[in-house]
Amino acid sequence: MANLVYCFVVKSGDYQNSGSNMTRSSSVRIIDHVTLVLITLLLVSGCNSGNQTAAIPDQVDFNFHIRPILSDKCFTCHGPDANQRKEDLRLDTPEGAYGALKDYADRHAIVPGDPMNSEVFLRISTTDSTEMMPPPESNLKLSTREIKLIEKWIEQGAEYKPHWAFVPPVAADLPQVKDQSWVSNEIDYFILDKLEEAGLKPNQRADKALLLKRVSFDLTGLPPTLEMQEAFLNDRSPGAYEKVVDQLLKSPHYGEKMAVHWLDVARYADSHGYQDDGLRTMWPWRDWVIHAFNENYPYDQFLTWQLAGDLMTDRNMETLLATGFNRNHKITQEGGVIDEEYRIEYVTDRTNTFGKAFLGLTFECAKCHDHKYDPISQKDYYSTFYFFDKVPEKGLVGTIDASFADPPNMKITDKDISEMLTFINKKDTAAVEVMVMEDSADIRTTHVLNRGNYDAKADTVYADTPEAILKYDTTQWGSNRLGLARWLLDENNPLTSRVLVNRIWQEIFGRGIVKTSGDFGMQGDLPSHPELLDWLAVDFRDNGWNIKRLVKQVVMSSTYTQSSVVSKRQQQKDPENIYLSHANRVRLGAEMVRDHVLASSELLNPEIGGPSVKPYQPDGIWESSTSGRGLLQFYVQDHGDDLYRRGMYTFIKRTAPPPGMLIFDASNRDQCEVSRLNTNTPLQALVMLNNPTVLEGSRVLAERLLSESTSEEQKVQQAFRRIICRPMREEERSLLMDYLKDEQQRFSEQREAASAFIEIGEYPKLADQDPVTVAALMQVIHTIYNMEEAITKS
Amino acid sequence: MDKQVLENRLNVNRRHFLGKLGLGLGGVALGSLLTPGLLKRGGVAGEGLPLGFKHFASKAKRIIYLFQNGAPSQFESFDYKPTLNQRFGEDLPESIRGGQRLTGMTANQEKFPLVGSRFSFKQYGDSGIWVSELFPNIAGIADDICVIKTMHTEAINHDPALTFMQTGAQVGNRPSMGAWMSYGLGSENQNLPAFCVLLSRGRGNGQGVYSKLWTNGFLDSVHQGVQFSSSHDPILYLNNPDGMDMASRRKMLDQLEALNHMAYQEFGDPEINTRIRQYEMAYRMQTAVPEITDLSKEPDHIIKLYGSDCLVPGTYAANCLLARKLSEAGVRFVQLYHQGWDQHGNLVGEMPLQAEDADRASAALITDLKQRGLLDETLVIWGGEFGRTNYCQGKLTPENYGRDHHPRCFSIWMAGGGIKAGLSYGETDEFGYNIVRDPVHVHDLHATILHLMGFDHEQLTFKHLGRRFRLTDVHGKVVNDILA
Repeated sequence: MANLVYCFVVKSGDYQNSGSNMTRSSSVRIIDHVTLVLITLLLVSGCNSGNQTAAIPDQVDFNFHIRPILSDKCFTCHGPDANQRKEDLRLDTPEGAYGALKDYADRHAIVPGDPMNSEVFLRISTTDSTEMMPPPESNLKLSTREIKLIEKWIEQGAEYKPHWAFVPPVAADLPQVKDQSWVSNEIDYFILDKLEEAGLKPNQRADKALLLKRVSFDLTGLPPTLEMQEAFLNDRSPGAYEKVVDQLLKSPHYGEKMAVHWLDVARYADSHGYQDDGLRTMWPWRDWVIHAFNENYPYDQFLTWQLAGDLMTDRNMETLLATGFNRNHKITQEGGVIDEEYRIEYVTDRTNTFGKAFLGLTFECAKCHDHKYDPISQKDYYSTFYFFDKVPEKGLVGTIDASFADPPNMKITDKDISEMLTFINKKDTAAVEVMVMEDSADIRTTHVLNRGNYDAKADTVYADTPEAILKYDTTQWGSNRLGLARWLLDENNPLTSRVLVNRIWQEIFGRGIVKTSGDFGMQGDLPSHPELLDWLAVDFRDNGWNIKRLVKQVVMSSTYTQSSVVSKRQQQKDPENIYLSHANRVRLGAEMVRDHVLASSELLNPEIGGPSVKPYQPDGIWESSTSGRGLLQFYVQDHGDDLYRRGMYTFIKRTAPPPGMLIFDASNRDQCEVSRLNTNTPLQALVMLNNPTVLEGSRVLAERLLSESTSEEQKVQQAFRRIICRPMREEERSLLMDYLKDEQQRFSEQREAASAFIEIGEYPKLADQDPVTVAALMQVIHTIYNMEEAITKS
Repeated sequence: MDKQVLENRLNVNRRHFLGKLGLGLGGVALGSLLTPGLLKRGGVAGEGLPLGFKHFASKAKRIIYLFQNGAPSQFESFDYKPTLNQRFGEDLPESIRGGQRLTGMTANQEKFPLVGSRFSFKQYGDSGIWVSELFPNIAGIADDICVIKTMHTEAINHDPALTFMQTGAQVGNRPSMGAWMSYGLGSENQNLPAFCVLLSRGRGNGQGVYSKLWTNGFLDSVHQGVQFSSSHDPILYLNNPDGMDMASRRKMLDQLEALNHMAYQEFGDPEINTRIRQYEMAYRMQTAVPEITDLSKEPDHIIKLYGSDCLVPGTYAANCLLARKLSEAGVRFVQLYHQGWDQHGNLVGEMPLQAEDADRASAALITDLKQRGLLDETLVIWGGEFGRTNYCQGKLTPENYGRDHHPRCFSIWMAGGGIKAGLSYGETDEFGYNIVRDPVHVHDLHATILHLMGFDHEQLTFKHLGRRFRLTDVHGKVVNDILA
């Protein structure tokens, strides 16, 4: 508890109820943690101390004030789910809320303008526990503020509005801002507008070195080389930054960086995932994803090929390969399973992935019953399921190692690669099989499954999607996955563009404009900058779904390029930096941590694609958990160049994923994931301190630097610049140089320790170097790798 | 959309944050306040972890789950069914099967010949609990345990059944029970993870385990189970490299702290201070964990109690002893997996070997906890993911047989931590196929475990993607009859 917790508590309280006119006084107070803990204790001990919340706005808005309350506290019983609805009352539609109550024809849940005659208000404000809503046993409770908001909303006419995310985006005019000089492009107008309104000032442009590191990791997942650093720092032309951005966007590593996130979304892995967890060969599909980003395939094409590349009239091997997206789900190899149970599981996974990846919705909630919050009925769920249910496939093709690519699949030969699929990095002459999609339209009828059970078939359903998003027109689009892709890309689809734009934003800023990037529904967070989100969504769609253009737009903004230094005022006013008054300092993702070590020590093997590799891994990870069957029961580590491939090529065995990656919050690829956590834990410290890759990187870099005829200080400086990507400050220099001397002293007294210390990793040692000298410099470099700033974009 | 949006968003956050307190997640939220940055996604802590917050007082503070992976047969352990011996070889009556779905391994069998235990049963202790001859040591602690003969589940295959038992759902990336405990109770020991996982393998047919069984799911990754290993590093990357002693490590960390502090001066980002603290906790773990995992200093009477196998790292016996040490040091949830209980065939040959490995150390753990006065505050759970069929899979001979998976009833036992000792709970029919009295569903077990730890299972929730998730999903009833 060394630091004060600066927590924001808005004290609104103090309502004096004088008839229908309320006066309010509100003040914002920063309080220290002692006071806060006291308040907290009061709250947790059950005292309803009421008003620790903000002022009631003059104009209450349904979408931004009321729906979050109703959705969170009322819809479970009075929402879209018809089966769970109590007293036949629904509050998610105006018809439901304004209509007569079932048992009392003269009473209404909501009477616009008249809270005292609205049953809703009476029930939420009563203290009578038999009348109270939500009922005490629900464990849900409205705050005083929430009750007052609902009262005021009813007073003001109880106007319902459609959920913001289901209304197609319209590009707003750019807001007027005062400080025109700060603005670089359209994004900045929206950001600055909110900042000015909040009384915050944005930061000025970041230090050039830090900015280069930031943009280099964001666009390629790799640190800038020393040469890039030199060139950029010396280029004083106004276009210097844009030049660098263009250079990075052209790098083949751009596609790798962009692919990592998509591999999470697509739950890509190198094993089948259940129990015995045998090998699968989906990596050519992964190579395609990298290729697609590097070639800058427009998002509409990227999406259509993956969803329906097998159904297009101009299909070819590449479009077919892209459909591997829908076969990346887990597949069982457990003997004795019931085939249909698992086949249904696969279709379910595709349906859920479709909902989350493209629509940012929690479709899975409607598998067993109507969605409790969003307008997705169980019938809608299975109507969408229909599109993915026509695949000629089995739940269980065979037990362990029966197949690396269950049918339907495609076989890719050397000839295919030389003629068309040139981006596939196949290492031998054997053909490789990849699972892909295929439809057999009349193969089976699709049913609603009661409670989601594979054997509880109910009504037959046909191709359809939730109408609240956009009505599905079978005559226009047809009733297969190709039609579904067209539906997604229709200009009236309110979600597709917003969802993608938001995730690109999230990957760059560390948090989406909609923070819940996987939930744009009623329970999701509201956008922090709705006009900006909509502007970007429309702009993206209207400019040919051009992903590189969007990425460039974002990184060229002043919002992106500003400094990450946080002032006390910024931290106090906006501790989560929702307004973006400064750049977020974001820790590198799991793969990037590894890539940074390899690249900065020049160990990196920059090869793109190919079968996944098995670098150093602690003993026993696979062996202790295996069933004892199949090719993957033992971890057979690779050697040579394969030890130094980028993190995204590390073999992912789903039942025992690479532990160093998981510790840094990588996905276990169990199912579709659209955002990773970003934690800060002691196990991460242990990885950085003792993982052989980091130690080997330190040794190899030390050896390289020692083979150059430079001064000790120049060597430390160069290591620092490679790793931290800026020159040392004086106090850092003096600390590190003193430490180097101390370590030289220590190791010269303990020569054996020095020899043991540098005996790390398989990369050959340089001949004729003194172990003491190497060990001491290696230790200093290892310390630099462990600096917080090393694995952070500042 | 209007200008109110942003202000509203801040309010929503605050409301969500304060609302958590109202929902009884005080432990976490309070801990968050005490620990700078805990509420923020990035900042979860080693130091000053949540002190724990319960919905009501409870004796149990910690759990040790002895998971018998592969599903030990109830018929050769705790559910005595002489009828099956009397009706040896007769076909399972359809009226008893009642349309139960079967796995693909026996669905095509022409007959389902009943088979009783080849191993004899006796009643033990004052409680008179039935135990087979395969478990003489567990029989010896009969009066300390509560056998539940009427567990039932929904899955009939290992992967979904295990996942269901550990996470409350057959599929999906839900947090495991240990992660929920870590989330709800926080850590008692600043130098050890709150949730530790130990793996061992017996001599019977094994089925493997999966890291998703100890996943944090959507909870913060600080709640992820930390897998211990019997190799060089008891925790991944714990040991310093060769040539680096603790004094040199300390010196390096001091330089590092100074450097990181300079960065804090430069950027003002509180996350930098969190990082500094995490390095300090890592350093403390480097000392604390090897001390805990070193079993060689245990006194002779302890070694005798668990059996000499406990000196062989990675055995079930070693893991039971290690579990006791971790638990004693304040680890909230120690999860063991002992593999090898999947006796589809050659049950008569395999099960005695499995039982021999598991019996002594399991009983020793209870005895050990009891003699240390820790049994009351430690809940021990022993059992698999489902039961086995009363009929033979494959060829039935008088000497040998196998049993397929059976979801409708199976036996587990629990001890300590507020459980009624010396109780045999629930009854199955004379065929051991259906439950006739006091069924306990997996969700009920979870609700009861949470209750024993001081939580209302309906209130220990985490809001993720719009929904408040619970370990018990939307089900579960506390089994009050087995509470002390």
